Amino acid sequence: MSAINPLNRSMTTDFDSRNMDWYIDKFVQFIVFVAGISAIIFIIGIFIFITMEGFGFLLEDFSFREFFLSPFWEPSDEDAPEYGILALVAGTASVTGLAMVVAIPFSLGAAIFIGEFASGKLREYLKVLVELLAAIPSVVWGFIGLSIMNPLIIDLFDVPVGLNVLNAGIILGLMAAPIMTSIAEDALKAVPDRYREAAEALGATRWQVIFKTVLPAAKNGLLGAVLLGVGRGFGETMAVLMATGHAVNIPGSLFDPVRALTATIAAELGETAVGSPHYQALFTIGIFLFIITFIINLTADLIVRGIRKG
Amino acid sequence: MVDMNVNLAAANKIEDPAFAAPVKLSVSDLTIRYGGTPALSGVNLEVRQHEIFGIIGPPNAGKTSFLKTLNRMDTFNTNMSVEGEILFNGLNVQNLKNIYALRSRIGVVFPLPVGLPLTIYENVALSPRLRGIKRKSELDVIVERCLSRAALWDEVKDRLDSLGSLLSGGQQQRLTIARALSQEPDLLMLDEFSIAVDPVTTMRIEDVLKELKHDMTIILVTNLVQQARRLADRTAFFLEGECVEVGVTEDLFTGEVQDQRTRDYVEGKFG
Repeated sequence: MSAINPLNRSMTTDFDSRNMDWYIDKFVQFIVFVAGISAIIFIIGIFIFITMEGFGFLLEDFSFREFFLSPFWEPSDEDAPEYGILALVAGTASVTGLAMVVAIPFSLGAAIFIGEFASGKLREYLKVLVELLAAIPSVVWGFIGLSIMNPLIIDLFDVPVGLNVLNAGIILGLMAAPIMTSIAEDALKAVPDRYREAAEALGATRWQVIFKTVLPAAKNGLLGAVLLGVGRGFGETMAVLMATGHAVNIPGSLFDPVRALTATIAAELGETAVGSPHYQALFTIGIFLFIITFIINLTADLIVRGIRKG
Repeated sequence: MVDMNVNLAAANKIEDPAFAAPVKLSVSDLTIRYGGTPALSGVNLEVRQHEIFGIIGPPNAGKTSFLKTLNRMDTFNTNMSVEGEILFNGLNVQNLKNIYALRSRIGVVFPLPVGLPLTIYENVALSPRLRGIKRKSELDVIVERCLSRAALWDEVKDRLDSLGSLLSGGQQQRLTIARALSQEPDLLMLDEFSIAVDPVTTMRIEDVLKELKHDMTIILVTNLVQQARRLADRTAFFLEGECVEVGVTEDLFTGEVQDQRTRDYVEGKFG
C-alpha cells in the first residue's frame, strides 16, 4: 500500500476539497482576465466619454456643412462663432502626407538594410537603436522642430517663418519612421529564407531577390507599417503643435503654417468653459479623430493579420 | 589518399560511351568546413556532359553541402568554408567575378518544393525576366515549354494566374523543376527531390529527368539507393564526410566495388 501511495494521501477526500492552490489559481485567472478585457473597457469608456462631452454640440450648434466644409475655426468670436474644421483637416492631412513622403523611403530603406543586408552585431545594434529612436518623447521632436529646423528653414529657403508644413512634416516623418521601420522589418523577416535561396539559385542578384521576391511576399506587412505611420501622424499632438506654426490656414505651399486637429484640442481645451459650445466642439473633433485613427489602425491590423494567415 | 585518387581516376576512365563525353564539372581535393570540423573532405570526382550523376549516402554525409559549393550557395552561410578546386566548364567557381551568372546557368531543385509567392506563370517567367526577356509572347512560349517538360502543363494550364504556393507538394516540385528549366541550365542539380512527393509523381519526374539528360547534365542527390540505380549513369557514394567511391552505377550494385562499405550501403546493411 505504502509503495503505491508513498505520501499516504487519501485517494478520495482530496477530490472533494479545495486547497490554497485552487484559490490562487482562480484569483490569478480573475486578475489576468480583468487586465485582458481592460483594453476593451477603456476603449469603449473613452468613446462614450468623448461622445457624451461632444454630444450637446452635435445636437444643438452642429451643422454638418459648417463643421466639415467651412475653413473658419473661430470659436471665440463673440457674435458669430464658427466651427469649421476643414482647415484643420487640411493641416493634419498635409503634415501627415509630407511625413509619409519622408518616412516611407527612410523606413523601407532602413528595414531592407537591417533585415536583408546587415548581419550579426550590426543588425542587433541597429535594431536596438531604432527602438530607442521610437521611444524619444514627441515634445523632444517638437523642440527640435522649434529650435533647429525653424532657423534652418528660414536660412535655407529665405522665408520669414520656419514653422510650417515642411518643418512639421519632416519632424513627424522622422518620428514615425522608427516604428514603421520596426514593423516593416518584422514583415521582411516573416518571409521564409527558402524564398531567398530559391531566388538566388535562379541567379538573381541581392537586389533582384529583394525586389522580385521578398517585397512582393511582404507587401501586406509593409502596407500595414505605412498605415500605422499614417495613424501615428494623425494622432500626434505635441510635435505638430510646436512645429506647424499653429495658424488656421489651408496650406497653399510647404512654407505655409497650418494647424492640426490634435493640436487644436490640446491648445484650446484648457481655456474653454466646461460644457460650452466651444468645449463641446473640441470634443466633436475628438470623436472625428477617434473614428479616423480607429479605422486606420483597424485596417492596418487586418492587413498585417492577413500576411500571417496567407 | 594517393591510392584512392588513382582508383578514382581509374573508375572515371572505364570504357563506356558516356564517359567519352567532355568533362562538365571537375572537383579536386574539395573540403568543406562548418567552423572547424570538416563536413566533407578530400572529394575528387568528375561529372561528364549529358550524364546523370548520382550521389547517394545516408544523412549528414555531406551531399547537400557538396551541391551548395557548386553554384556558390555557400555564400549564404558565413561560417562555411570551402577548400579545393571546382572547375565548371573549366572555370574555377571559387574566383568567378559574377556568381549570379554562374547560378543562372545551374538549376537547383530543393528537397522541399519552394513555390515562390508568385503566380504559377511568374514562378516560371522569373528567371527569363531576370535575363532580360520582356516580351509577353516570348515568355508565354518559355512558360509553356518548361511546364510541359516538367509534366505539369496539363494540370495548370487553366490556372496559370493562381499562386504557385497553393499547388500540391508534387505539383510544386514539378513547378520548381519547370522553374529550373526556365533558366535553360547547363547543369541541373536535384537534392532529394522526391522527399515530399508521392510515388506516382516521383516516377513521372524520373521519366522527365531521363529525357532532360539529352539536353543538360544532371546531378541527382538522393537517399533512395534504388532511385540512383534507376536513373544515374555513374554514382558517387558519400559517407560521413567522405567520398567513398565513384563508379558506374550498376557496378556499385553488382560489379566490383573498391570499398566494402559501398556494397553494404547499397544492399541496405546500414544507413
